[in-house]
Amino acid sequence: MRTCKKVVAVLSAAIMAAGVLSGCGSSGGDAAGGAAGGGAGGENAAGGSVYYLNYKPEVDAQWQELAAAYTEETGVPVTVVTAASGTYEQTLTSEIAKTEAPTLFQVENQSWLDNWGQYCYDLKGSFIAEHSTANTLSMEGVEVASVPFAMESYGIIYNVDLLEEYCALDNAVISSPAEIIDFASLKAVADDIQARKDELGVEGAFTSAGLDGSSNWRFTTHLANVPIYWEYTKKGITTAKSLDGTYVENYKNLIDLYFTDSTCDPALLSGKTGDDALAEFCDGMAVFYQNGTWAWTADNDMSTMNVAFLPLYTGVPEEKDTIGVCTGTGNYWCVNKNSTEEDIQATLDFLEWVISSETGIETMSGAMAFNCPFDTFEGVELANPLFTSANEYEAAGKTPVTWIGTESLPTENWKSNLGSALIEYAQGTGDWANVEKVFTEDFATEWENR
Amino acid sequence: MEKALKKYFPVFVLPTAAAFVIGFIVPFIMAVYLSFCSFTTVSDAKFVGIGNYIEAFQDTTFLHSVLFSALFTVVTVILINVLAFTVALCLTKKIKGTNVFRTIFFMPNLIGGIVLGYVWQLLFNGLLSYVNRTLTYSSVYGFWGLVILLSWQQIGYMMIIYIAGIQNIAGDMLEAAEVDGANGFQRLFKIIIPSVSPSIVICTFLSLTNGFKLFDQNLALTAGEPSRATEMVALNIYNTFYGSTAAYRGVGQAKAVIFAIALAVIGVIQMRFTAGKEEK
Repeated sequence: MRTCKKVVAVLSAAIMAAGVLSGCGSSGGDAAGGAAGGGAGGENAAGGSVYYLNYKPEVDAQWQELAAAYTEETGVPVTVVTAASGTYEQTLTSEIAKTEAPTLFQVENQSWLDNWGQYCYDLKGSFIAEHSTANTLSMEGVEVASVPFAMESYGIIYNVDLLEEYCALDNAVISSPAEIIDFASLKAVADDIQARKDELGVEGAFTSAGLDGSSNWRFTTHLANVPIYWEYTKKGITTAKSLDGTYVENYKNLIDLYFTDSTCDPALLSGKTGDDALAEFCDGMAVFYQNGTWAWTADNDMSTMNVAFLPLYTGVPEEKDTIGVCTGTGNYWCVNKNSTEEDIQATLDFLEWVISSETGIETMSGAMAFNCPFDTFEGVELANPLFTSANEYEAAGKTPVTWIGTESLPTENWKSNLGSALIEYAQGTGDWANVEKVFTEDFATEWENR
Repeated sequence: MEKALKKYFPVFVLPTAAAFVIGFIVPFIMAVYLSFCSFTTVSDAKFVGIGNYIEAFQDTTFLHSVLFSALFTVVTVILINVLAFTVALCLTKKIKGTNVFRTIFFMPNLIGGIVLGYVWQLLFNGLLSYVNRTLTYSSVYGFWGLVILLSWQQIGYMMIIYIAGIQNIAGDMLEAAEVDGANGFQRLFKIIIPSVSPSIVICTFLSLTNGFKLFDQNLALTAGEPSRATEMVALNIYNTFYGSTAAYRGVGQAKAVIFAIALAVIGVIQMRFTAGKEEK
């Protein structure tokens, strides 16, 4: 009887121990929020494997399929983990410190290399670098630190059918969408739509400019590019650590238009989300919606709509009928130089396959609806009509607005300061001077403190 | 029996001790070390001395968040404990359906903080839209929003602890008091409250630390708006850590260490204070 008790006691203690320890072991992978767990598992014959830490949740499923297809074809294990929306840097911070670190990760722009450049393998001479048609990023000691794999454009997306419906109304200020060629004409149209919203059956000219954290980047990052772009262009520079804020007044022009000709009262904007704006646009409650090519995916509501871009006109004299939409990239691949040689080779082989095989090209340009800047994609038809619209501006000889502004934004702090200043301006507890201060004073101090 | 306990002591303690070391001691030592470093990830730290601490103390947003958190904690500790105790008192009376009520009051505690934050944000903003405002209109709105949210979430939990305490009071003691002519007020303050003081100790400790540590609800409900006025300590640390370049991660880490030590000290003082009362 005594031995029986002992056995039971020892056994239960052992089970408890196992429970506690296994609990510790498995918790690591969950942080990544990915479907495939924490690290690249399994070994193939050559010994290499790929672990891709993906930035874009909206194409997670497509990457998983592509990875599975590659593994089936070659036997090389590919793990794709996707960071939850808005948490990429956090996930990367913890994942890259692990023994089974990502072999492939992403950066947004040059300034990300300050933090992550130390992990970048020199991609010079690799297949992806050789076939790139866009600018790769370099840094001290590393000639090709990262290669862009998807170009993106943003501007004011409009519902073509609704806008044409408006043009057909009596006394419409324009007779075709093509007549919107500067801020004055945009404002005239938006004001008129707002005034006659019942006639057109909409709730406002623009979707709600939600200042909630889920989509305030549309204004604190993307729209903020515009005044900085004009200042740099005027000065003939591409980056700076302080701003004069000459064009902040123009930024105000468009912000004011978003706030007044909108589906909701500006005082309520801090509670409006990105999903709210998208839903308003897709339900035909508004004609204009500031966002980018990524807002269109093959399986969302926008895919059944007739949509096109307008440039971000802000009332700068030089913009009249000369600029296109903002086109650039925030998607760069980096290969982790701390990975084993086999893993680096496996990763490079995988990337080569992604941009050159039929399956890869089809998935990237079709299911993911990317516009890939590699010469292997020449002649590939773009699934996304917003790219077609962006390209039309370029074909008509308009200058695309580059992303030099967003690329030189100092820190996340700066963006949240701008977001806060916009909220206070919208709800009437702060004035525009705060926004100006963010563009001039805060911009310089954030750069200083970096 | 005593002998057997001694013999198997390590077997029973080891699993928990191992988890405590892995889950608390090691990270804490690493955190203290990292607070003296400049680093991007935990494995590439470079020692830089006490600069991070100097910067942390000079940061006015950090000081503001400490004050905001302190005020918040004082208000919530009082509200949560008074209300939880009141509800517990009511639900230990012989009323029909007490079990149903206990379950209902406890339920909010089962919902995660982020979800609660967004749900309450919708509720508050829905109400405030009648006066054309939102939660971010002023920090006063955000403050009381957070107080209501946390109270709603925690009262049920503390209530369960108080109910357990109240049910432990011997019935004959209360009966004797009643026979001796004590009124309801006297019974409450002379018998019930002194008898549940172990519950009071644990509940005030839990609500105190929960108030200071609040993060999810803060992030989801106000995210610090307007202009960081409703940013609490944990959110301030998070924003410092990820808001700038890697150079600032050390500062965030230093703030986290200061916060952890301060919280431990406050916790110990509170335990001493209330536990001392318990013995009398």
